[in-house]
Amino acid sequence: MKSDRGDIELAGVCKSFDGATYVVDGVNLRIADGAYCCFIGPSGCGKTTILRMIAGHEDPTAGEIVIGGQNVVGLAPVQRRTAMMFQSYALFPHLTVRDNIAFALRVRGMSKADRLRAADAMIEKVRLTQFADRLPAQLSGGQQQRVALARAAITEPRVLLLDEPLSALDEQLRVQMRQELRRMQRELGITFIHVTHTQLEAIALADLVVVMEQGKIKQAGAARDVYAHPHDRYVAEFMGGQNVLSGRVEKVNGASFTLGQAAPSGIEVSLQARPTVSIGDKVDIAVRRDDVALVRPGRELPPGCTTSLPSRVLAIEYQGYFVKVMLDTVPEDEFVAYVPEKTFFADPFTVGDVVMATWATGSALPLA
Amino acid sequence: MSAVLADMRETVAPATTKAIAPSKGGRPWTFYVLAALFALYVIALYGPMFCIYILSFQDIRGGLVFPMKGQSLHWFVDLFTQVRTGDVKGSFDRSIKLAVIVTIITVVVSFLAGLSFRKRFRGDTVVFYMMIGSLVAPGLVLGLGTGLLFQALGLNASWYTSALGAQLSWTLPFGVLVMFAVMSRFNHVWEEAAYDLGASRWQSIWLVMIPVLAPGLVAVALFGFTLSYDEFARSLQTAGSLNTLPLEIWSMTLNVTSPSLYALGTVTTIVSFIVIGASLGSIVLIQKKRGSGAKG
Repeated sequence: MKSDRGDIELAGVCKSFDGATYVVDGVNLRIADGAYCCFIGPSGCGKTTILRMIAGHEDPTAGEIVIGGQNVVGLAPVQRRTAMMFQSYALFPHLTVRDNIAFALRVRGMSKADRLRAADAMIEKVRLTQFADRLPAQLSGGQQQRVALARAAITEPRVLLLDEPLSALDEQLRVQMRQELRRMQRELGITFIHVTHTQLEAIALADLVVVMEQGKIKQAGAARDVYAHPHDRYVAEFMGGQNVLSGRVEKVNGASFTLGQAAPSGIEVSLQARPTVSIGDKVDIAVRRDDVALVRPGRELPPGCTTSLPSRVLAIEYQGYFVKVMLDTVPEDEFVAYVPEKTFFADPFTVGDVVMATWATGSALPLA
Repeated sequence: MSAVLADMRETVAPATTKAIAPSKGGRPWTFYVLAALFALYVIALYGPMFCIYILSFQDIRGGLVFPMKGQSLHWFVDLFTQVRTGDVKGSFDRSIKLAVIVTIITVVVSFLAGLSFRKRFRGDTVVFYMMIGSLVAPGLVLGLGTGLLFQALGLNASWYTSALGAQLSWTLPFGVLVMFAVMSRFNHVWEEAAYDLGASRWQSIWLVMIPVLAPGLVAVALFGFTLSYDEFARSLQTAGSLNTLPLEIWSMTLNVTSPSLYALGTVTTIVSFIVIGASLGSIVLIQKKRGSGAKG
C-alpha cells in the first residue's frame, strides 16, 4: 500500500473556512514525482491553503488529495510522509541546531545515540557542522533556513512543502538560498512544492509553475511556457515582462487579423495562436517588453514589423544590461520597452521624445 | 566553544566603543530632582520595614519602640522557645505547606487555562469575567462568605480546605492573567511544526510548550506562592482553629508586647526573599543554559 512515489494529484479540491466563500475553489492538478513545483499568486489567492492541505494541516472541504496513488485526506503529516518548512522556519527556540534536527526522530522513540548520529549526518549535508550546538537565535537567516530544511528532510519525506521559504531573507541571500533549495531537491530526489509571490523565484526554480487567482488555477505549466505564453491577461500581467493591449477585431485576412487601437493603422496579429476570431470580437494581446523596438518617427521600421504605435517617452530607467523605457502608447495600461543597453545608447531618447513603438508581427500573442 | 566566544566578542565590541553615548558634560538638573524623588520613594517603601528588622535585634531589655537597647538574637530564640508568643512554628509550617499546595494548583490550572484560551470557545468571555470578578471581590467578604458556606454545609473550616479554596480564588485569576501574557509570546507555529514532525499532542506540550514557557511558569509559581504566603483577608474567616502565619502575627500584635513580634517579621521576610531568589535564580539558570547551548 505504501509507496515511495511523491507524485501528487489534486482532484476537485475545495476549501472554505466559513461555508460561504471558497478560499480554494475546485483545484485540479497533477504534480510529477520528483518535480519542483511553485505555486504563485498574490496574497489571499489560496496558494498557502493548498500547501497546508497537502501537508495535512488543513482538511479540504471537498475533493481528493492523492500522494503516490493513495488518498491522504484525513491522515496526519507523518502518515502522508510529507514535511513542511514553515514561513518563519518555526525552529524550536529552546533546542540547539542538533536537537532541532533530531526532534522528529526523538518523538518516534529513536535512541539518543542513533538520532544524534543521524542528525549529525544531516547537519553535515546542509553544512552546519560548526553550528551544531548553537541555538536558532544565534544563527543568521540563511543558516536558520538550512536548519529548517534539514529538520524537515530528516524524516525522509516523499514530498517537501515550503511556505514562502525565502521571504525572510534579504535580496542577495535569497538568490543564494534559491540555488541551495534547488541543489537539495536534486540531492534528495523528492517532490518539492514551494509557495511564493515572487515571479522571478518561481520561474528560476520550478519545473512546474502554477499561477493562482482567487482560489483557482489560472495556468499551470513549465516556467518558460507560463512566462512566454501566458493564457490570459491576468497571467500575463502577473508574471510580468509583457505589455497587454486590448481592442476589437477589425479585419480578418487569412493568416492574420487587425486589432483596432489608438493607432490609425491598427495592430496586426498573427492568427496562428488563435484561429477562431471574428470581426467585432474584443481581444487582448500580449507583446513581450523585450520584443518592442523603438524607432524615431520617419525612420524605416525593422524587417517583419507591420505595426507601429506613436508614443511619448514618460520615463527612463537604467537597469544595467537593458534600459526600461516607459511609454504612453495605450491610454490606460502601462506600456514598457526593454531596450538593450548598447542599442539605447547608440541613439539615446530623453523624456518627452516621440517615438514609434514597433514589434515583429509574429511576436504579438492573442490572449484568452 | 571557541566559536561561541568569538561570536560574543563580536557582539560585545560595538558596546565598548561608546560611539553614541553622551559621555561629555554633566547630567541635566532634572536627573537630580528625579533621583531625589526616587530616593524618597525607596525610603518610604523600605523604611518602615527596616525599623522592624533593626528593632528585632535588641537584647533582653528591648522594647517596641526606638531607641535600640543593646544587640542580640535574644528575641529570635524567644520566638521559637516561648509558649506565650503563640504557635509560631506550627503556623509557619502550615503557611509553607498551604503556599506550596496553592502554588502547584495555580501553576497547573493557569497553564491549562492558558491552553484552553488559545482559541475562542462558547462562553469564553463569561468565564473570563467571572474570573476577574473574583479578583475584584473584597477579600474579607469573600472569606466571610466561604466560612459561612462551610458552616451551612456542616463542614469544618480548616486551613487545607476552606482557606485553600479562598486563597485560590485570589491566586488563580492572577496566575491565569500572568499566563495569558506568557502565552501571547508563544508562537503557535511551533506546535504546528511539532505536529508536522510527528509529535503527539502530549509530546508537543511536554517537549516544546513547557520548555519554551518554563520561565513564565516559574513566574506564575512565584505569584501563587507569595500571594498565598502573606494572604490575610481571605484566610481570616476560613482558616478554622489553626492559624496560618499572617493570622498568627496578627493575633500576636494583639497580645504580645515584646520584640519577638519583630523577630517574626524578620524571619518571614527572609523566607520570602529566599523563595523569590530561588525563583529568579531558576529563570536565570534556564536562560543561561539555553544561552550557552545545551550540550546534553
